[in-house]
Amino acid sequence: MKIDDLLNQTSEWLKGTGPNSDIVISSRVRLARNLEGVVFPHLAAKKQGQETLEKIKDALLENDYLKNSVFLRLVDLNTIDKQFLIERHLMSRELAMKPENKGMLISQEEIISIMINEEDHLRIQIMKSGFDLTEAWNIINNIDNALSEKLTFAFSDDLGYLTACPTNVGTGMRGSVMLHLPALVMTKQINKVLAAIAKLSFTTRGLYGEGTQAAGNFFQISNQVSLGQNEAEIIENIKGIIRQIIEQENMARNALLQNNRQILEDRIFRSFGVLKSAYIINSAETIEMLSMLRLGQDLGIIKNIDRRMINELFILTQPAHLQKIEGKKLTPQERDVRRAALIREKIGQ
Amino acid sequence: MLCDICNKNVATVHLTEIIDDQMAELHLCENCARQKSMEMEQQFGLADLLAGLSNFGEQVEPQVTMKQKCNLCGMTYENFKKIGRLGCSECYKSFESYLKPLVKKIHGSIQHIGKAPGKRKPLAAVKTPKQKEKVVSLEELKKQLQSAVQNEEFEEAAKIRDKIRELEKSGENK
Repeated sequence: MKIDDLLNQTSEWLKGTGPNSDIVISSRVRLARNLEGVVFPHLAAKKQGQETLEKIKDALLENDYLKNSVFLRLVDLNTIDKQFLIERHLMSRELAMKPENKGMLISQEEIISIMINEEDHLRIQIMKSGFDLTEAWNIINNIDNALSEKLTFAFSDDLGYLTACPTNVGTGMRGSVMLHLPALVMTKQINKVLAAIAKLSFTTRGLYGEGTQAAGNFFQISNQVSLGQNEAEIIENIKGIIRQIIEQENMARNALLQNNRQILEDRIFRSFGVLKSAYIINSAETIEMLSMLRLGQDLGIIKNIDRRMINELFILTQPAHLQKIEGKKLTPQERDVRRAALIREKIGQ
Repeated sequence: MLCDICNKNVATVHLTEIIDDQMAELHLCENCARQKSMEMEQQFGLADLLAGLSNFGEQVEPQVTMKQKCNLCGMTYENFKKIGRLGCSECYKSFESYLKPLVKKIHGSIQHIGKAPGKRKPLAAVKTPKQKEKVVSLEELKKQLQSAVQNEEFEEAAKIRDKIRELEKSGENK
């Protein structure tokens, strides 16, 4: 498998399948692991970083769960490829910024992605479609168990897995769920919900993780505490919170349908109209309009459009994806034209 | 009105800053405002948050000074406060007196009860039997059961099996 092959497939997390996939886009679990006695990547000298990269790469490639994966060295990737992987949620910006001695591994269906020499020596990530944290945890637990037979992880009996930043120490685990909450935003209840989440030590982020704004009514909710609870407890706690948010969003959707159906239909069909007719459209507007289209599809107001296709469009219309489809660099203006054409082609008929 | 910083372009962004209880108004052009907001973002990062938190820890008599270096990587705690990242896993030992209170602040706990790497004894160093019950996860018990069966330690296996049943029951009742 090569990086360009990814372009022709839908990432598992975008398939729009799995439990509660009308509201939950995807579930993700990640583990941070470090090698015992080896300085963390940001301090490692060139040679040491290289050794760590090779050592981890070898261990990964021997792992039964990681057969048929593609291994990439960041120094071999051009700017568009790096951006492309970030847009697909396979890689962090941090990894892309200083490519030296950094590597990553991506499984065939893009369920598993592993970053080497990011903030920690290893960042293992599992992404599943829909509300499926338990399955994501089961997969990652197996991979971690197998890896710990080949690699000696930095671990202490009291603080658990030792990480570069003390915010990740303990289980080294973060579970997060990406939610699409247009009705809570439209009914102006979202801030209340987010404030309640923050009180319970959960964090909310935007579509693109740390430091990003919530665009297109997407919210990523994850645990903050990684020590003092075991992995199963952390997963259960997140699930409990998410279940409540799903309920709230459903209530808001029903309220909109009952009390403001015309306004709702107007917004959804206007968005549909823009997407079908525009000849120039930027990515911010695209995300907003697609969010409304997706809500329309969820509620049965828009028919004959596949959820999976809407999900795909969120990613295909991102800058690096457009440029990979086109096979060349595009200026922002050219991208806006190409983006509009792509959307018309996919949903215009 | 011209921009307060470059004095060339027309000021379109108006900022109010409060420094030492003094309110100051800044009128900036778009370029300078962007520059300024980038500075502000950089000024307040995770490192500051951590540093702010870790100051609480200093009531506990630290056994190392902030300038003392970690044996393995040479990092100082002072440096950690600046960049928000430790140098290596040994730093947790080297700066224990600073880090424990910080970790407690962040996570509300200083005792890991989750899984442990395979080769290690799966149980954390546990002080009281009561805690021990909690520490053993279902999964670890299943592993123990497997190895007990493999080693033909059937008495031990039966005990572990009962524990698993108990745990599974209590899990269901939750």
